[in-house]
Amino acid sequence: MLAWTIYISFLGVLVLMLLPRDAARAARIVALFTAVLGCGVALVGAMQLAQQGNVGEVTTIVKTDWIPAIGAHYYLAADGISLVLVVLTGLAAIAGILFSWNVEKRTKEFFAFYLALIGGVYGVFLSFDVLLLFVFYELTIIPKYFLIARWGSTRKEYGAMKLALYSFVGSHLVLIGLIAAWVVARGQLGHPSLNLLELSQLVHFPAGFQCWVFPLVFIGFAILAGMWPFHTWAPTGHVAAPTAGSMLLAGVVMKLGAYGCLRVAMVMFPEGARHWQWAIAALAVVGIIYGAGVALVQRDFKFVIGYSSVSHMGFVLLGLATLNTIGLDGAVLQMFSHGIIAGLLFAVVGRMVYDRTHTRDFNDLEKMNLGKLLPFAGMAFTIAGVASMGLPGFSGFVAEFQVLMGAWQVFPKMTILSGVGIILGVAYTLRALQKAFYSDAPPAAHDGHEDHPLEPISGPERAGAVLLIAASLVIGLFPTLLMNWIEPCFRSQLFARLLNGGAQ
Amino acid sequence: MNHSLTTLTLVPLFGGIVVAGLGSERNKLVRGLSLFFSLIGLTGALCLWTHFKGASGDLQFVEKFDWVPTLGAQYYLGMDGLGLLMVMLTAIVTPLAILVSWSMNDRAHIFNALILWLQAGLFGTFTALNFFHWFMFWELGLIPAFFLIKLWGGPKRGPAATQFFIYTMVGSVALLLSFLAIWLATKTKTEPGCFDFITLAGMGKSGVLTTKLQAAFGWKNIGLMVFFGAFLGFAVKVPVVPFHTWLPAAYSEAPSAVTMLLTGVMSKMGVYGFLRILLPIFPDQMRQVLTPLLWLAVATIVLSACAAFAQRDLKRMLAYSSVNHLGYCLLAMFAAVGAATNVNQPEIQKAAGLDGVLLQMFNHGLTASALFLFVALLEKRSGGLRGLDDFGGLRKVVPVFAGLMGIAIFSSLGLPGLNGFVGEFLVFKGVFPLAPWAAAISTIGLLVTAIFLLTLIQRVFCGPLNGRWAQLPDLTTAERFLVLPSIVLMFALGVWPQLILGTIDATVVALVQKISF
Repeated sequence: MLAWTIYISFLGVLVLMLLPRDAARAARIVALFTAVLGCGVALVGAMQLAQQGNVGEVTTIVKTDWIPAIGAHYYLAADGISLVLVVLTGLAAIAGILFSWNVEKRTKEFFAFYLALIGGVYGVFLSFDVLLLFVFYELTIIPKYFLIARWGSTRKEYGAMKLALYSFVGSHLVLIGLIAAWVVARGQLGHPSLNLLELSQLVHFPAGFQCWVFPLVFIGFAILAGMWPFHTWAPTGHVAAPTAGSMLLAGVVMKLGAYGCLRVAMVMFPEGARHWQWAIAALAVVGIIYGAGVALVQRDFKFVIGYSSVSHMGFVLLGLATLNTIGLDGAVLQMFSHGIIAGLLFAVVGRMVYDRTHTRDFNDLEKMNLGKLLPFAGMAFTIAGVASMGLPGFSGFVAEFQVLMGAWQVFPKMTILSGVGIILGVAYTLRALQKAFYSDAPPAAHDGHEDHPLEPISGPERAGAVLLIAASLVIGLFPTLLMNWIEPCFRSQLFARLLNGGAQ
Repeated sequence: MNHSLTTLTLVPLFGGIVVAGLGSERNKLVRGLSLFFSLIGLTGALCLWTHFKGASGDLQFVEKFDWVPTLGAQYYLGMDGLGLLMVMLTAIVTPLAILVSWSMNDRAHIFNALILWLQAGLFGTFTALNFFHWFMFWELGLIPAFFLIKLWGGPKRGPAATQFFIYTMVGSVALLLSFLAIWLATKTKTEPGCFDFITLAGMGKSGVLTTKLQAAFGWKNIGLMVFFGAFLGFAVKVPVVPFHTWLPAAYSEAPSAVTMLLTGVMSKMGVYGFLRILLPIFPDQMRQVLTPLLWLAVATIVLSACAAFAQRDLKRMLAYSSVNHLGYCLLAMFAAVGAATNVNQPEIQKAAGLDGVLLQMFNHGLTASALFLFVALLEKRSGGLRGLDDFGGLRKVVPVFAGLMGIAIFSSLGLPGLNGFVGEFLVFKGVFPLAPWAAAISTIGLLVTAIFLLTLIQRVFCGPLNGRWAQLPDLTTAERFLVLPSIVLMFALGVWPQLILGTIDATVVALVQKISF
């Protein structure tokens, strides 16, 4: 059932391509329909799987031979972690389409690339064959590039190219690591295999090997997760991307990186992970503080959110570095939570504010008094900002709470440092909120907007914002909904090697 | 199982949503409805008061469900005398705050909704007994307060609101990290850690908690570090000198209705935290650093009184005086901790100080919010002027106003017969035998308070009439009714403190038992 999320998305691409060139309205509807269907399938499939019993174990969805010579299979499967991220992708996809309802330039192509990206993302989260995972992972780079380069703003070619190059460098690191692992695994198993379960459970990579392969694969994925100091693509890419693009970049694409770190690098090379645990945690904490600090001094509204993503993804990496159940649990929950909240923040900045005012400069926004002109945008940003600060009641709190719990056990000093990051997070969010919406600066002498009043917030925008806010609130108040999926995974065989022997 | 406490918290939360949804066009309906919701809150609190069994120090109206089992988070509500008193105070001050901003027309629906949400946050904080649950409300109160200052405040509202928020968040993060450490220390292989205040208090009393913390982290002083983290969280909120610098700006920039809530109730959140969390859970650590803590309390009392004396703005003066009054609470609390080690002292003497603390919390909430209410009424008449030297001789033109505000001022400086006296008397009675030097120095605070409050009366109400205010209108009938409840309560509690003491005695004795060996 869940495999259909991928097929539906690519079918949507096909249908869009068949549409006449100027059928913008039809394209929108097809895209929305596809996304809703994908999300529905994801939800139903996830529930079904959860009801069947053990979400902690890997449940096979499809498994057929693909390239027998190298042991590659078309192997789709899911466990609780995949379920969480698949549901996130479904939600983010719908919201992204609702917030790009106003794309008029080559609408059809825009949504085709958009759905291709979504399909690739679903594919990554459901693949349990490392080659297949890698193929889907690469597949997402192309639509990302075009979405930014064609429909973006501010230095879009630069942003798109930087993102593509960083992604390629990352995936080549991953590829080198995987080829090396494949060679060793073939030696041990006697037959070629790319099956993630076999590689992580039957093969035992020598400790020395793990120590050099793990950083390759981990960094390769972590580049996309925005790990400091490899994060520089993120702010420029987010800023350059169109609204839906930045929503997806921050919402799900960065999660691809973090997911790869957890699913491939850490599960396959547990000893390597333990060896480099400190380094990852240190980089994560630097990322948390650095990202928040830089966000605090930005003049461009979108850059604030871009850097805040780096900071929040730092919590994911910190959670991964703890190598204990609660920290990993928090990391996965943070992936979900950040996906929702960052999506909403980018939606407010890109769609609600920038598309109307055509500026993101705080000095200009300060004079517009947007809080009164666009009360809904102000409210949405306030809620998203509050959620992003990690205030209780929203998903971010439960996630960061668990990451910090896990981190306290292993690195108490670094945890205290990351507390500084939280406070900086509050500071930059408040600053952005005040400058953009509730500024006291006197209005500009010549108020050009009197002649062209800002168009009111449209229905699709409201729907998208409500969807994301509700998701964050529901998970914030009832975190068990997702935790019941995530937690059993860490008790399964797949994670046994990683967790047992780590600090418990 | 009854759900009275849940209902109590949800009514204003829900009310806020309804009010915000009404939109900016129907201001009359907005105000009427928000008053209605806040009066339901008051009625609910009164019902709880009548059903509360004062003779028992146990928790009542308990509700307990699992929430996030793997995190040890429970939905755990309960109320003892302390909680009841604070809920009453919240329930009394909120309708007054809504009434005093009756003529405010700028985005009234949001304003009133925020006030109701603030009330929900306060109700929640005072009834929650599991850290996870409690922290949610602790932070929930912060956001409405921020926006109330930011959107409706005075000329320097932006920086004031930000400073308030950031300071409190620094405290909150420290508090959060401390509780995460406690959670880890109490975690076992099979069971999640403990967030339950009541269970933690038991561990604190027997000293198990410190041992566990040391075992989990391997640092000898981890107990103290965790204590300081939690201390910071509450000290910023109360505030304790030197963490008070956010307060004068926030109080004076906030609209007066909000200042009433900030000083009347929100500042009590800090003291409440001390009583509910710090005292029972960290008695050992508090004893270790008792002398510095007492000095901090004395500094809070004396320095803030002197600072108030130097102010020329009525709101800032009252803001500092608020810090001063809460300093007495801290003093008595710290002294009681010191006393608990000394087994020879009769329990009643240890309890006297803490009785005073609870009474002082309630009294200060009542008096300080009444004083800010009077300032609000004065500001409304003077067009925003509220300098000490802007007025003069008002007694002649607005005798009723001067008389009633005079009563509130005398209540604040502790005149016998009014409520303020009983609280401060019990505080000093409790502190003198336990920490004579601290009590002695603190009396300077009493003296300075008397001086600046009398100066206020003199400059504003007495002396030659400032001609500019010759036409100042006196209190209208509606306004008289608005201030009446506070004034009546001031007299009632001054003459008959047993009204409150009766419900808190058992709680205080239970508290003393918790912190003594």
